[in-house]
Amino acid sequence: MRNEFSFRLAVGACAVLLIAVVAAIGLELARESSLSIRTFGLRFWLTTTWDPVAGQFGALPFIWGTLYSSFLALLISTPIALGVAIFISELCPTRLRAPLVFLTELLAAIPSIVYGLWAIFVLVPIVRQLETITPDVLRSLPLFSGPPLGVGMLAAALVLAVMVIPFTSAVAREVLKTVPVVQREAAYALGATRFEVIRSALFFARTGIVGAIMLGFGRALGETMAVTMVVGNNPQVSLSLFAPQYTMAAVIANEFTEATEELYLHALVEIGLVLFVITLIVNAASRLLIWAMSRSAVPASPRTTTIAATV
Amino acid sequence: MSRDTRRRFISAAFVTACAAAVLLAMVPLAMILFFVVSQGVQALNVAFFTQMPRPVGEPGGGMLNALVGTIVLTGLAALIAIPIGVVSGIYMSEYRGTRLAAATRFAADTLNGVPSIVIGIFAYAVAVMPFRRFSAMAGGLALGVMMIPIIARTTEELLLLVPGALREGALALGATRGRAVLTVIVPAALPGIVTGVVLGLARIAGETAPLLFTAFNNRFLSTDLRQPIASMTVQIFTYAISPYEDWHRQAWAGALVLVTFVLVCSLIARVVTARVQRLRG
Repeated sequence: MRNEFSFRLAVGACAVLLIAVVAAIGLELARESSLSIRTFGLRFWLTTTWDPVAGQFGALPFIWGTLYSSFLALLISTPIALGVAIFISELCPTRLRAPLVFLTELLAAIPSIVYGLWAIFVLVPIVRQLETITPDVLRSLPLFSGPPLGVGMLAAALVLAVMVIPFTSAVAREVLKTVPVVQREAAYALGATRFEVIRSALFFARTGIVGAIMLGFGRALGETMAVTMVVGNNPQVSLSLFAPQYTMAAVIANEFTEATEELYLHALVEIGLVLFVITLIVNAASRLLIWAMSRSAVPASPRTTTIAATV
Repeated sequence: MSRDTRRRFISAAFVTACAAAVLLAMVPLAMILFFVVSQGVQALNVAFFTQMPRPVGEPGGGMLNALVGTIVLTGLAALIAIPIGVVSGIYMSEYRGTRLAAATRFAADTLNGVPSIVIGIFAYAVAVMPFRRFSAMAGGLALGVMMIPIIARTTEELLLLVPGALREGALALGATRGRAVLTVIVPAALPGIVTGVVLGLARIAGETAPLLFTAFNNRFLSTDLRQPIASMTVQIFTYAISPYEDWHRQAWAGALVLVTFVLVCSLIARVVTARVQRLRG
């Protein structure tokens, strides 16, 4: 009996250590940003002046850039990711399934820095071309204002969208798997077309699908390298897709080693702390949705428990 | 158009749209692979792996220091992550249903979602600030923290796939839980766990953000854990944002090496998983 207990104690200690690491991340971030939190309070998040020389730190442009770029990325990636998930799980011939899954997994496995390299040298010139041929009528709209630089919000959103697609579609695929087969068969028996059957399956799986999209959102929020390389790194709050802007992760990546003043360093860590808290909330919420979905569904296959492991 | 014709038309359009989405998603993949290979092979030669970087303006040279650095960093990360990851994975599967197991699973999933740059700040706070120096140690710590949840979750999943009869058989023969896990259950899941480790290595070897202000960079060949160290990814970043053609070529070659490594790792994982599944019938 004692043997049994000591085994559990030893193994459990490692599990506790894992939890402690997550807690330690939160605590360290809070500790190392205390100076900035005390000095600026809420002003930090509501002002737009980022001037390290004068000791003025307003982070609104960064939080705007992160939210705006992630939102735009979702706008582009969601229909594509869902289309991919539906095609792989519902429409494609069985022989095509494994290769397609492999290819989307490959898309997820390519390192962020390689996406960045591709974006700088291939995507940005294409975006610049597109921006140059945009008709003047559109250019007068706030959405398309500014010179055609190539680097900027549009390039960042496009890279992010490509990077998010494999994650969203992998989870959406697992979620669709939990929809009972009888549900589809019943719809077919009632004379539904393929589209109508899939629509009803999507409706059945809606909670999980929303979870899958949110999980992609969480990924986009924290993505650093590829965005840093093409977003333009210019702190401003602008609706324009053409404008060079900045994100929270990018400013940390660019300025952390330059932050020699304590207040400057704490300001950057505070941005990190907020990024940590936002991604924590988004991820927890999406997992909750996916979990609620897989619980409510009749266990269609033993694979349902592995949804969380695929992401 | 009759109602039925319209329904059939919508359905066909929908199927076409889904197929188009797949093609659309494959365009960037094809483009990236094409450019990485076509640009990368131009600068990829033996010297790339055996020589140090040359100063700007001198063509040629290699990334020996960065290659060694990445091996050192991922090795350090594996040393940190494998014990913690595997053992907490064992806890989650063996004591499934306990509150601690659920909390650990939640923590692992949370850690998996934490942006890598944030983990870099954490490593900076605990391993750079106290010593007032960037170091390979700090970089390895950052990568190790990232790798823990990947290994923990794969280990858990694969231990759960071990047939219940094996576990019950061991216990029925009078083995303690610890003995059953160490001599029967873990060996049965070992190929899968190794696959998880390989995939984890592939993922962290491509990480850049957490290294920028932990391992930093080093122009010289170094294996000293207390000194800053170069890495493939940070080197590619430095080269990519530089204005020099020679450096851009080196960056593409580095990207080709990285992508090949990732591709080989996922192929190995695929083969092993397929074999394990076939054995299980």
